[in-house]
Amino acid sequence: MGEMQIRPLTLNFGPQHPAAHGVLRLVLEMDGEVIDRADPHVGLLHRGTEKLIEHKTYLQALPYFDRLDYVSPMNQEHAWALAIEKSMGIEVPKRAQYIRVLYCEIGRILNHILNLTTFAIDVGAMTPLLWGFEEREALMEFYERASGARLHAAYFRPGGVHQDLPDGLTDDILAWAETFPSFLADLETLLTNNRIFKQRTVDIGVMDTQEALDLGMSGPCLRATGLAWDLRKAQPYDCYDEMEFDIPVGSTGDCYARYLVRIEEMKQSLSIIKQAINNMPEGPVLAENNKVTPPRRGEMKQSMEALIHHFKLYTEGFHVPAGESYTAVEAPKGEFGVYLVSDGTNKPYRARLRAPGYYFMSAVDYLCKGHMLADSVAIIGSLDIVFGEIDR
Amino acid sequence: MNEAETQSSANDKLLSALSRLMGGENAYHITPTGEVVMCCALVDLLDVLKTLKDDEELCFSQLTDITAVDYPERELRFEMVYQLLSVKKNRRVRLVVAVGESDIVPSVVPLYSSANWAEREVWDMFGIFFSGHPDMRRLLTDYGFEGHPLRKDFPLTGYVEVRYSETERRVVYEPTKLVQEFRDFDFLSPWEGMQMPNLAAEEDEEQEKAGE
Repeated sequence: MGEMQIRPLTLNFGPQHPAAHGVLRLVLEMDGEVIDRADPHVGLLHRGTEKLIEHKTYLQALPYFDRLDYVSPMNQEHAWALAIEKSMGIEVPKRAQYIRVLYCEIGRILNHILNLTTFAIDVGAMTPLLWGFEEREALMEFYERASGARLHAAYFRPGGVHQDLPDGLTDDILAWAETFPSFLADLETLLTNNRIFKQRTVDIGVMDTQEALDLGMSGPCLRATGLAWDLRKAQPYDCYDEMEFDIPVGSTGDCYARYLVRIEEMKQSLSIIKQAINNMPEGPVLAENNKVTPPRRGEMKQSMEALIHHFKLYTEGFHVPAGESYTAVEAPKGEFGVYLVSDGTNKPYRARLRAPGYYFMSAVDYLCKGHMLADSVAIIGSLDIVFGEIDR
Repeated sequence: MNEAETQSSANDKLLSALSRLMGGENAYHITPTGEVVMCCALVDLLDVLKTLKDDEELCFSQLTDITAVDYPERELRFEMVYQLLSVKKNRRVRLVVAVGESDIVPSVVPLYSSANWAEREVWDMFGIFFSGHPDMRRLLTDYGFEGHPLRKDFPLTGYVEVRYSETERRVVYEPTKLVQEFRDFDFLSPWEGMQMPNLAAEEDEEQEKAGE
């Protein structure tokens, strides 16, 4: 009797699967239980954001950024606001910069809590999710008190932020910041030395720094390979150069290292939040340039000119000088970039959104090769994938 | 030394290396926002990228992004844009290549793996074809989609819409029907707020037809 020929098996994973973190259809070619090739079919959440932005004024395009990576909305608004400010040469008031940094770091913690806890549930730990979402609720309340919305904030504007923080909010954030380390410690007792968690994540989905750069990785996934590359330090924007924080790096570049980097990053973010609140200066929160930013409501009741400015800004919008620019921020997932081509009119000629998750998803085939089926779930979980930004 | 000076001295080194390797100072320009942009011909694309990646003074080890911009009125219709990042030297450079509608662009996947999906997206969205790409398929649009949505001549509302048909018990494709006409306001002309159909001209035409 000759050798038995086993037909390679093609397995369809998703598009509706809780471990796919959204709508991902993964076509897996399996040799027994080992993955030969993973072919992600993305685009099920494609909304044509880039095309839509070409037909909107610069300010109308801003809320689309909340809907890309809907787990950390303000970080992406930040990229859009910075891109416009760069092209127009707008100076942002110091207080607005501090508020933006404060909310970016809140967004980073929101994102990392969601990612780590859903990652844990993917590999079998239920409790972190239940604990983590309680903390997220507290943070989204801070979002709501500043912007009026829990998720789709539209709070950052070209030239600053929409409104100043309400009274007492910073005190509440500081009070929350005192309680957060104990939550992190609890989370770590559940996962960091958990035997099952480590068995599922250590040495799974390994890449070294060279491979990670080649694959277009950025953010925690790149830092987990041991490279201390963080745009907040390397190419600082707003007032990040006035903040003191460390860049946590991993050494092994596997799923477990990515988990550890994110835990440590949350601690650093917490420190930035405290610094931002304690050092926050008084002053305006929006550039005093009525050709770009709308006048205050009170002013409009008195001044005809202010009323005209308001009307012009919310119908026609402002014109951005012709030219191209690329602006990148360190979003919680990695480098989020905006390539903005303007032709001097009130609408962008082209806006390219460089989403970090897009490149993570394209690396799934490389990372899954030779792993077991169950490991693909751990890899996808550890890469921090959100389909809003991948499909755009 | 303050930050701006550090940045400009780093830029100087980059620029001298670029003009040495790329043949003269007209190989690059600096935008008003301080970004370094290089232009090259399509035939030189792979060589230029290889130099940018391998030269020790440049070390552009990451291809951050590839995209295209459509200018229908130009002779070479598209502009391919390659964003490069050097982690070692902390610099960025942008490589711009003009591409005609019928040109085939050499794939850069052998140099940078991250180009794989980026090029697939450019093919999907703009219809620019790449030679030597390992897996040239559409990526973001529907299975069996026709057209290239990010071209300027593709309408925002598209051509087809999908719905589930109860009678046929499957998803069916139909021509797009809008309850309300898509409103595109023209703010560049001081007189016409909205692009209205020219009713007077149409009436004249009708009268002419009637006269015939």
